[in-house]
Amino acid sequence: MSLLQNIRSFKLTLKQRKMGLYLTLIICSLFFLLPIYVLLVTSFKGFAEVSEGNMWALPLKATFAAFEKAFTKLGPSFINSLILTVPATLISALLGSLNGYILSKWRFKGANLIFVLMLFGMFIPYQSILIPLVQFLQKIGLYGNLIGLIIVHIIYGLPITTLIFRNYYSEIPDELIEAAHVDGQGIMGTYLYIIFPISLPAFVVVIIWQFTNIWNEFLFAITITQNPEQQPVTVALQDLSGTFIKEWNVQMAGAFLAALPTLLIYIILGKYFIRGLLAGSVKG
Amino acid sequence: MVRSRKDIAIGMSIVIPCFLVLAVFVYGFIGWTLTVSFTAWEGVLPNWEFVGLKNFATLFSTQRFQIDLLNTVFFSIFFLGFCVLFGFTLAILLDKITTGAAVFRNIFLFPLAISFVVTGVIWRWIFNPSVGINALINSTVGVNIAWRWYTDTSSVCGFHIALIPVVIAAGWQLTGYIMAMVLAGLRAIPVEIFESAAIDGAGEFRKLFNIIIPHLKPILLSALIVLGHISLKIFDLVYTMTGRGTAFVTDFPGIYMFETTFQGHFYAEGAGISIIMLMLVAIVIIPYLYSILKKERV
Repeated sequence: MSLLQNIRSFKLTLKQRKMGLYLTLIICSLFFLLPIYVLLVTSFKGFAEVSEGNMWALPLKATFAAFEKAFTKLGPSFINSLILTVPATLISALLGSLNGYILSKWRFKGANLIFVLMLFGMFIPYQSILIPLVQFLQKIGLYGNLIGLIIVHIIYGLPITTLIFRNYYSEIPDELIEAAHVDGQGIMGTYLYIIFPISLPAFVVVIIWQFTNIWNEFLFAITITQNPEQQPVTVALQDLSGTFIKEWNVQMAGAFLAALPTLLIYIILGKYFIRGLLAGSVKG
Repeated sequence: MVRSRKDIAIGMSIVIPCFLVLAVFVYGFIGWTLTVSFTAWEGVLPNWEFVGLKNFATLFSTQRFQIDLLNTVFFSIFFLGFCVLFGFTLAILLDKITTGAAVFRNIFLFPLAISFVVTGVIWRWIFNPSVGINALINSTVGVNIAWRWYTDTSSVCGFHIALIPVVIAAGWQLTGYIMAMVLAGLRAIPVEIFESAAIDGAGEFRKLFNIIIPHLKPILLSALIVLGHISLKIFDLVYTMTGRGTAFVTDFPGIYMFETTFQGHFYAEGAGISIIMLMLVAIVIIPYLYSILKKERV
């Protein structure tokens, strides 16, 4: 047998390679699913089981006690998060759509510069505007409550929503706008009758993106809503993990509740979530 | 295309106010923070006495801040390295299969939908030195290990060992992002290129280095910029997972800024930290934005 043939015989068959491929992917998946496993098994355990420290075992006796406790603690803040996230998401999406439409289809002089200056706002570390922001909100009487936080999320959400809509609208042929013009439509008529009706895919992407980000946000939330009655769920979860230091089952149940809405959206509308993810950077 | 003056005016009357509000909240507030960083403001009430660069000089000679900068550098390198290598590998593997690809993709991506706060709470429990990973290894492999994870105070060449769990948690959350970007990039490579490479007899490695990596460079670069600015700003994850740590082993500028400003009321110091954070991010972001602006003009 020649040397070459010898080497060939060591080569893996196609089937073996496929098996290896799937095995590698399954092992990698275990890493990604590990926290979910820990989250679920721990939150269904009673306090006695958790304090024994056997965190990796399945619960001996599954109980909803931790969920009940977490829910009484996080329930109000969960509602706060909804009150915060829904209007902030919808308004920032609408404003982003209008701005994106004008900046892509009605470019006036300096429109590109305005766009780039807006984009910078989505990259800054928010620490660098936090001190004036707090002073400003105190001055206008919106510090410490959800309305202030809603306004903050609308304003700082403008860059990303404008970006996604602008990219989406730049794919729409200019002829469509011109046809509307021939029909006697001005800038707003064209938006209302031509652009808005075909914007649904972009709205879905932006709404999912904004909902997820605002729901998950922490720095603005903890700085602006000092009042516990106005806290969103991320801040309440952080509080909970400070007060129930030993009760990991309650912490995990709380983490599960806080993650549930965005996780559900991801499971149901994952395709659009990924589009939002890519929109922020692929096209610039 | 015909655009009447009236229409342009209406358009501007929508965009300009939005832009102005944003400009005040971004550029105006940054200017205000910069001003605060030049003052002697300590305590609840503002003190506008001008002290020049004194706050910055003090910061750079403060041990906590020096540690923070070092932690940021090490964290960024390891976090980016983790995400890029792991995410790239996952994308290449996923690109080779069809059955079940969607399931795997969703498993690798779902952490992106979760809050850093949730991630922090879960991983703090997983890396808990007494019941976490250690206990799992002890009971399954039978080897008794007592790694201290994020409570470890030792360091190697300035790199705090306690940062490893934080890198893993952050990597767990954002590896999927690189994977999604690379997958999108792979889809955009014309099939003909691979076909002609196959005719030339190119192996997997030559395909990887001569076709895939050069084609993905722009995408990888913008992905790195996005992840890079996340790591320079990191706050939520660390704040919930480990806090600043013993002897600041897991401290970052974002945490220092938050604690000193809103818990200690050292406003001028906090403003100084945030300006340095902004400059670090700007070094990464401004060339990127400039390249976008240039592309748009063509």
